[in-house]
Amino acid sequence: MPNDRLKAVMDWVDQRLPVSAFMRDQLTHYFAPKNLNFLYFFGSLALFVLVNQIVTGIFLAMHYKPDAGLAFDSIEYIMRDVKWGWLLRYMHSTGASAFFIVIYLHMFRALFYGSFKKPRELLWLFGMVIFLLLMAEAFMGYLLPWGQMSYWGAQVIISLFGAIPVVGEDLATWVRGDYVVADATLTRFFALHVVAIPLAIVMLVVLHLAALHTSGSGNPDGIEIKDKKDAEGIPLDGIPLHPYYTVKDLYAMAIFVLLFATVVFYAPEMGGYFLEHPNFEPADPMKTPEHIAPVWYFTPFYSVLRSVPDKLGGVIAMGGSIVVLFCLPWLDRCSVRSIRYRGAYYKIALTLFVLSFIGLGILGTKPVTPATTFLARFFSFNYFAFFLLMPWYSRKDATKPLPERLTEAVIPLEKREGIVWDGVRWGISAAENSEWYGRACAQLTAWADKARELCGIKK
Amino acid sequence: MRRIAGFFLTWVAGGALAVESVIPLDDVDIDVFDKQSLRRGAETYANYCQGCHSLKHLRYSRMAHDLKVDEATLEREFLKGQAKPQDSMLSAMHAADGEAWFGVAPPDLSLIARSRPPDWLYSYLRGFYLDASRPTGVDNAFYRQVAMPNVLAGLQGTQRPVVKKGGGVEAIVDLKQMTPGSLSPEEFDAVVADLVNFLVYASEPAQLDRLRIGKYVIVLLIALAVALYRLKKEYWKDIA
Repeated sequence: MPNDRLKAVMDWVDQRLPVSAFMRDQLTHYFAPKNLNFLYFFGSLALFVLVNQIVTGIFLAMHYKPDAGLAFDSIEYIMRDVKWGWLLRYMHSTGASAFFIVIYLHMFRALFYGSFKKPRELLWLFGMVIFLLLMAEAFMGYLLPWGQMSYWGAQVIISLFGAIPVVGEDLATWVRGDYVVADATLTRFFALHVVAIPLAIVMLVVLHLAALHTSGSGNPDGIEIKDKKDAEGIPLDGIPLHPYYTVKDLYAMAIFVLLFATVVFYAPEMGGYFLEHPNFEPADPMKTPEHIAPVWYFTPFYSVLRSVPDKLGGVIAMGGSIVVLFCLPWLDRCSVRSIRYRGAYYKIALTLFVLSFIGLGILGTKPVTPATTFLARFFSFNYFAFFLLMPWYSRKDATKPLPERLTEAVIPLEKREGIVWDGVRWGISAAENSEWYGRACAQLTAWADKARELCGIKK
Repeated sequence: MRRIAGFFLTWVAGGALAVESVIPLDDVDIDVFDKQSLRRGAETYANYCQGCHSLKHLRYSRMAHDLKVDEATLEREFLKGQAKPQDSMLSAMHAADGEAWFGVAPPDLSLIARSRPPDWLYSYLRGFYLDASRPTGVDNAFYRQVAMPNVLAGLQGTQRPVVKKGGGVEAIVDLKQMTPGSLSPEEFDAVVADLVNFLVYASEPAQLDRLRIGKYVIVLLIALAVALYRLKKEYWKDIA
């Protein structure tokens, strides 16, 4: 009986809104490649973090006061007097950093497996706009606690507009709403952070997902599963998104939340990288901190900015380092998508790019010295070379033949080719034959036996 | 104009700042679950610090609850003048007075242990030495040209700097006891350690809950991850 009644309700709804058809098309009969590995978790994790930021943000906004005279104290009020306020605040502040970790890995996946290539150019462009909006959202959110670093970070970044010829200074004043960062800046950043940008991000996420489900998910082999279908038109290598990837992503989420909670409960400041120490001092327009460092997720781009001696040149370089990402689908001229079938050129270029990006990020947290400037220039050069030389090296690359059907999610070590993996195999076998490895194994088995004994489990 | 003023200020400061200090920070062990240490630190704070420095983000009642200070003790040791238990632990000093007397208003210390590391606070509080050129008669090896007088001098006694020359540069390398205080050096170090411990607590009272709850959350999440992993395995067993 209850089933019949439920069906009647569903029919009633479906005649008015195609809910069942939507679930069918987008979940139970949307076919995803069956060999998606852990690098494909970060899309759904980004959505999860977005929800976390919105929900915790709503509750924080109930207690926060967007007023230069009250903002700093209202954060401490949340931390001390609001029930579970500290948890909300740490979930939101840790969530900001987690968002960028997840997004950077999501973007790395795209570079690794060529997810941005035809026919997924629009998908990539929507993603890039989300990334830009996310940076704006994080930057404006960082002003709200009204600490020293909030204030001076905003002061430095907004003053960059001043480098633009003719209109620059007026533009900076227009953005701030005052001649320095002040109450007017705080209130408008609050409005943008809480309403405008989240709204835009959510709408773009919808477009991003719509574009994804139009062209279908990519995969580690970079071939189209739609090319090989059975008699009913179902891709041979496709499995329904629900339940297969919903349960898999739920598991990934549990691991993510585990790591997230470890930070929230045991290291919410993350050694001064997630919450910077000077930001526990209230903003003081009369006292400039010794060393103004942006939060870690902006430091790669900040390093590019600092590596150019001229202010306008630096701003152009920083802007260029982000704009060039938009052009990626048209810079890559390689015939294959996945790194598995690309040649040595792309592998070397991507390795150098990732190392340079991390290097720029580390340098951006440090004060400027001649040595750091030299390194930052070297890494910036690598960063741009990766993109600007791509039309050349990606075309020249010696590619491998593509497989007919999907292969493994993760290629097993024994099947991997090349001098690097030969070295890894040699290293592992040398370690396994060593004396300490045997001792460690014996110790672990002993502990496992003891644990079984304690829990009363038989072997 | 600002640049000229800045240059002038640097020059003045540079002139007075004759000798640099190269003493490394001392380690202090922080344990916010040591309630006795926190209570001793709170009493030291009330007796020696609160005259000038407020803890405006900490209420007496919260402190009493977290540190298990009973009502009578709170009344006797902490609530001075008109203060009620639900009030913030404010100083009686007006900011304008502080500025007139010391050149700078004594800062609120609610978050000092989050903007400064505990080791620094511990070293700083033990780092005062006699310097006749300063208006307060003391300077600090860890905060040059400090405006604060050595309020703990009665307990600590007085110190003088040990200056060493090397490569044409002079630097303070150590501090030597000159006159003894009412406490032995070991007792004094313990008092300062308790005080720093209290400041660490005061900078984030929620850490008592955070650190206590954290382990249960982690255990629960591990169980959830294991359960979801088995669910995933079960669903995926027919996917070749």
